[in-house]
Amino acid sequence: MKQNWYKVLAVILLIYTVVAGFLGEVPHLPILHETIRNLYFHVTMWFTMMTLFSIALVQSILYLRSPNEHRDIVSAQAVNVGLAFGILGLLTGSLWAKYTWGAWWTNDPQLNGAAITILAYLAYSLLRKSIDDGEKKARIAAVYNIFAFVMMVVFIGIIPKFTGVDSLHPGKGGNPGFNTYDLDKNLRLVFYPAVLAWILLGLWILNLRIRTQKLNLLINDEQ
Amino acid sequence: MMNNKLGLILAQTVQGAASAVQGAAANVEMADGLRANGKIYVVVTVVGIVLLGLITYLILLDNKIEKIEKSLKEKQ
Repeated sequence: MKQNWYKVLAVILLIYTVVAGFLGEVPHLPILHETIRNLYFHVTMWFTMMTLFSIALVQSILYLRSPNEHRDIVSAQAVNVGLAFGILGLLTGSLWAKYTWGAWWTNDPQLNGAAITILAYLAYSLLRKSIDDGEKKARIAAVYNIFAFVMMVVFIGIIPKFTGVDSLHPGKGGNPGFNTYDLDKNLRLVFYPAVLAWILLGLWILNLRIRTQKLNLLINDEQ
Repeated sequence: MMNNKLGLILAQTVQGAASAVQGAAANVEMADGLRANGKIYVVVTVVGIVLLGLITYLILLDNKIEKIEKSLKEKQ
């Protein structure tokens, strides 16, 4: 039970996110209207994805320094769960874009960058599936995983900020960031706990996947 | 009658000026009515039920995995 405290915290914070996310005060902004509340449900998906991919990166680096099966499993499963959150981020973002920017997909560098990131990590999964040899698979996957993370930083973190192309995302392409004009007290009060809530949920699912994978390997070893 | 009308126009002008001072934000259409009707609580409850359902599912899955882990340990 002691190591399950974060699961309890995840439940509490998720309930808070839903209740306060719908009922809390939000700033009245043109175009966005009530959709500003997506901050708690869409933006948080990306935070969770990035956290999981960061975990995968650290485990990959550690694996390359001293190979061990546990690190390979954590790394692979963190990518899997992160991908699920990333795909949810793409879908919810697309819907949000339709009702605020008027199109399901725009040429926003942030959007394309996110899509490229997802593709880069999907390639990671494919790479793993295409190599049979356990140790070789783990090593190549770890190296590629570092490359994929760099791709993410470049395509989500750097290019959208500095390209001449206008990004509709706050803080990108010359737009003011949320924090400069309207990430006001009310939004923060829900947004920060919401980020933590979804990240903890992601960690919980990651925990389940790691354990399932280990059981799988144990059973295969016995046979 | 005339006075009433004049008063109304005056009141509206003052109101208009006040909201102009508040800026464009005041004119943004929000779902305040939805909350006033009280029905937003239905939505919150529905989403809450879905969330609790999913969490229950995760907890059950967690327990199931734990059981398998334990039975495997006993076997070894």
